[in-house]
Amino acid sequence: MAQHQVNYLKDGGLPVALTTIDKVVNWGRSNSIWALTYGLACCGIEMMASGASRYDFDRFGTIFRASPRQAELMVVAGTLTKKHAEFIRRLYDQMTEPKWVISMGSCANTGGMFNTYATVQGVDRVIPVDLYLPGCAPRPETLQYAVMMLQQKIRKEPASRSQKPKRLM
Amino acid sequence: MRAYTPKDNVQAKSYYTDRFWVAPQVAKSQVSDDAVFTADLEAIKAKFDVLDAYIQVEQMVVVINPEDNYDVLELLKNECGYTQLSEMSAIDWLATEGKFEIFYQMLSMTKRKRVRIKCKIDEKEAIRSVEKLFRSADWSEREMYDMFGVVVNNHPFMKRILMPEDWEGFPLRKTYPLQGDEFAAWYEVDKIFGKEAREIIGPENRDPARIDRYDTQRFSRLGHEVPFGTDISQGEPDTPLVYQEQEGVFMVEKFDAEKSVVISDRQR
Repeated sequence: MAQHQVNYLKDGGLPVALTTIDKVVNWGRSNSIWALTYGLACCGIEMMASGASRYDFDRFGTIFRASPRQAELMVVAGTLTKKHAEFIRRLYDQMTEPKWVISMGSCANTGGMFNTYATVQGVDRVIPVDLYLPGCAPRPETLQYAVMMLQQKIRKEPASRSQKPKRLM
Repeated sequence: MRAYTPKDNVQAKSYYTDRFWVAPQVAKSQVSDDAVFTADLEAIKAKFDVLDAYIQVEQMVVVINPEDNYDVLELLKNECGYTQLSEMSAIDWLATEGKFEIFYQMLSMTKRKRVRIKCKIDEKEAIRSVEKLFRSADWSEREMYDMFGVVVNNHPFMKRILMPEDWEGFPLRKTYPLQGDEFAAWYEVDKIFGKEAREIIGPENRDPARIDRYDTQRFSRLGHEVPFGTDISQGEPDTPLVYQEQEGVFMVEKFDAEKSVVISDRQR
């Protein structure tokens, strides 16, 4: 038997990995979540810290983009005012499918301490939210955890089908 | 005896109010106590009617007629050395007097003195803009219009500055509810989805003390996360914190602390 015989069925035998399309696509999606820069208030500072070198979102493939056309994740970081509500909806609509939303911090979740006339009481009144992230403001570790939870969620979704319509409108 | 108030859900509202509390008043003194202010007041009195004048917290307060506001500020700026308008706005006295009080806070850098000019106008009355004298009045007057609905004449760009342009109502008036009127409550829904979407989206939750441990739509369960909308009234599934699926992730290797190498030579 020649010594160079390759055992095709063992690891490294052949540069081939057998898997499903779903897994490959979801692997790509979950490891290249490009996020829209959307710092609205103090949570935005934590979001920036998450992207910077100490917490380093780049290793998750999460790169902040300044254009909704290139983004698939919207991290709503901060207080959403009623004046701004139409713009967040427009930016959400401009994002290409598939798209996800993380509502970061108390203000984005429920309006938080701003129980006033000028604050939207939770961004889920305007756009559908995938993940609610509690805290005021959440530390970068929390946002990191949220991104990992979102990765799990993406991996569970079937990749071939178009996304299910979200519950809002 | 204090009137009985229901004590249920007390966290949501403060039930104790002191009915006999009187706001302390800041002491006033005569303008003649201060030589600089006396000279300034004489300069104003020579040309305009002065309804009231006194010193409060080392600042002179002069109450004038609203139609003189531009001319008095011009006099103070050009002849008395009060070259800065540090602040101006309105105060809502509609409930007690039916009037707005407009105040102009002036600062003289050379005299190191501050003067406050006040005047009172009716609710529907307009006031003359001082934007030609002080550029800082531009945004202040727009804010005054935005928040109180005080119309300013001769302003170059009379438009709302903080609230959206199609907003109804003036939020800093005492009669405006803190949590907004009906227009404010449905503003974003009406604007984005239309009025017919009100029933689908539902009213705002304005109760900050509301907690429902079985509501998995509006409440996060730290450390015991369940999917959105799961019914947990019959007991919740035990979901320990996991960062990745137990069986591992396709093409992603788990970090093993045992295999990691600590670099001790920093100059490497």
